[in-house]
Amino acid sequence: MALELDHICARAGTFELTATFDVASGERVAILGASGSGKSTLLDVIAGFRQPEAGVIRWHGTDITNRPPAERPVSILFQDTNLFPHLTIRQNLALALNPATGILRKGDEARIETGLARVGLSGFASRRLSEMSGGQQSRAALARVLVQARPVLLLDEPFAALGPALKDEMLDLVAGVADGEGLTVLLVSHDPKDARRFAPRSVFVDGGEVTAPQDTRALLDDPPPSLRAYLGEM
Amino acid sequence: MATRPFSITVSIIAALCVAGLVIGPVTAVVLRAEAFSGFTPADGQALRFTLVQATLSAALSVLFAIPLARALARRQFIGRRLLVALLGAPFILPVIVAVLGLLAVFGQSGLLNRLLAPLGVPEVQIYGLHGVVLAHVFFNLPLATRLILQGWLAIPAEQFRLAATLGMRPRAMWRSIERPMLQRIVPGAFAVIFVICLSSFAVALTLGGGPRATTLELAIYQSMRFDFDLGRAAVLGLLQLGLALTAGLIALRLTSLPVAAQGLDRPVPRWDRTDGIAIGTDTLWIVLAAVFLLTPLAMVTLNGLAGITTLGASVWQAAGHSILVALGSTALCLLWALPLASRWGEWLGLAGIALSPLVLGIGLFLIVRPFANPFELALYVTATVNAFVSLPFALRILRPEAEAVRTEYTRLSQALGLSGWAWLRWVLVPRLRRPLGFAAGLTAALSMGDLGVIALFADPDRATLPLKVYQLMGAYRMEQAAGGALLLLLLSLTLFWVFDRGGRVGSGT
Repeated sequence: MALELDHICARAGTFELTATFDVASGERVAILGASGSGKSTLLDVIAGFRQPEAGVIRWHGTDITNRPPAERPVSILFQDTNLFPHLTIRQNLALALNPATGILRKGDEARIETGLARVGLSGFASRRLSEMSGGQQSRAALARVLVQARPVLLLDEPFAALGPALKDEMLDLVAGVADGEGLTVLLVSHDPKDARRFAPRSVFVDGGEVTAPQDTRALLDDPPPSLRAYLGEM
Repeated sequence: MATRPFSITVSIIAALCVAGLVIGPVTAVVLRAEAFSGFTPADGQALRFTLVQATLSAALSVLFAIPLARALARRQFIGRRLLVALLGAPFILPVIVAVLGLLAVFGQSGLLNRLLAPLGVPEVQIYGLHGVVLAHVFFNLPLATRLILQGWLAIPAEQFRLAATLGMRPRAMWRSIERPMLQRIVPGAFAVIFVICLSSFAVALTLGGGPRATTLELAIYQSMRFDFDLGRAAVLGLLQLGLALTAGLIALRLTSLPVAAQGLDRPVPRWDRTDGIAIGTDTLWIVLAAVFLLTPLAMVTLNGLAGITTLGASVWQAAGHSILVALGSTALCLLWALPLASRWGEWLGLAGIALSPLVLGIGLFLIVRPFANPFELALYVTATVNAFVSLPFALRILRPEAEAVRTEYTRLSQALGLSGWAWLRWVLVPRLRRPLGFAAGLTAALSMGDLGVIALFADPDRATLPLKVYQLMGAYRMEQAAGGALLLLLLSLTLFWVFDRGGRVGSGT
């Protein structure tokens, strides 16, 4: 397996998150659960923003548990603030490419153009976020992920503020990009429709407990009692 | 692991510099003092005078600010925005300029005495307690007005609408809406002004003096300048430190109002303002305040226009010194403030208010004396002390935005793995551009107008412009002093404008 979470335990006050599951290379997995169930905590642990009290995270067998976020094979799209609004898209992507200086090196311009073209934003490099629509901003954030060229992509509900049609469009775009680049993707969502659309397999987080990944359709069509309670009439 | 606005190391270095600047000079003064000289009756008098003038100044400033702020809160008139903006000006107004303006109005041959003379009214004297208090009210009435006006504008408009629908009379509205707000705001405003007036030096130097009108700061100056009595300076300095620290902590607890208040240019919509008496009293307060605040400035400008052409080379040289000192202290202050723009950094920066700049200057001179001629370093020491004194204001301006930037962008920066340099170059400085410009402008203007440490140590070749103006006043060359004051005013305002404007341009605000 590519990404392994081996008996992870992370605590925040009285809250405790436990997780043991694997994700294959190039796989797309949804992380479902109610607000406060621990979905974002799980992502924080994988991304390196939160250190687990116990357990090991491995990437292709290498222990990455103690690595800082920037040294993990992981890029992440947050719910908001995925780019610096005072910088142009080019400057944002330059920072993603060269975090020590933010200065473009030989070949970087081409990489930026390629990344922007991949998400349908050719010619947008000189723009700032304030000059772009919500959908374009999301695409620009995805371009940042692409130029970072890391094999694992974590999505922490980055399209939650978009309308349903635009959100679907973005999920399809991410799915296409991920398949094209061979990215392993974990999508946090509280909306089962997102999981059905995007992820063949899903895990369910309930009160800090993460279930093993299952087939998304099977999970949602015949949910366990806790998930059924969460889904309600959906 | 995490990318931070500044690495812990940089913040610790900045904190150690500030702490060293407090502990080093104080220790040097205390050690050099050999033995504390006793607490003389004159010291007791200085302590009493300091407390009395600070109490009176704060009380009168707040007392007059209440009706003025109320009038500004509920009246809309042409020039209101300008008047409110001008209320911010005294903060960056050089003390010596204000003193010259007040002398031109309230002095022996000032405007007021010339108007009163034909009526046979006895001559008004400005020197002494009332002169010191008058100058402090001139400086702090605008500050108090802005603080209280902010409180008035923070009252939700719905409360006034409700009062109108209930048919509340002005007295009831005062009791149920305005008085509770004032009870929250006024103690903080009083405390802030009290602290500011506690460390009054230049005002007491120019309008006080003599055994009956000497502040602790002035007593420290006199003990050094005339007696070179380090023991007495140390005792007074420590007394001043304890006093200012206590008052400063109380003030900090009582108020958390920002230096740069926003949105003061809009009146409160209310339905009790058509009453004839209300219109009359509001107009009276606004006119009186405008006359009180603007006449001295107008007099400085008028007198200065005649004098500015007569300025000698030494005044222009002093102006050059002042600009260099202002730029140096601005750079140093921001270098400290950026890594210290946090809660604990702001507490540390409080030392800038609590510690007597004169004690600081004396200590620094004692420290450098074994290695160099301290008089040759007067301008460097002045720049350092000015940076230190401005630090609390710079931190108050920078901290909210710096914390917001940290909250908003730390995770993204961690995810990208930004280096400390990249964070500074691409995130922190661009995002803080506007408050940085404001803080730089404020520091430069404060430093430009400072008449503190430099008065102790500068030789004629190293005088700054405020000191030069003071020396011209002392030599009764009032025309040249007025010219120098106008030059000082223009330079202070220009420096403030250039930095503040520079911060705003391209900041998206």
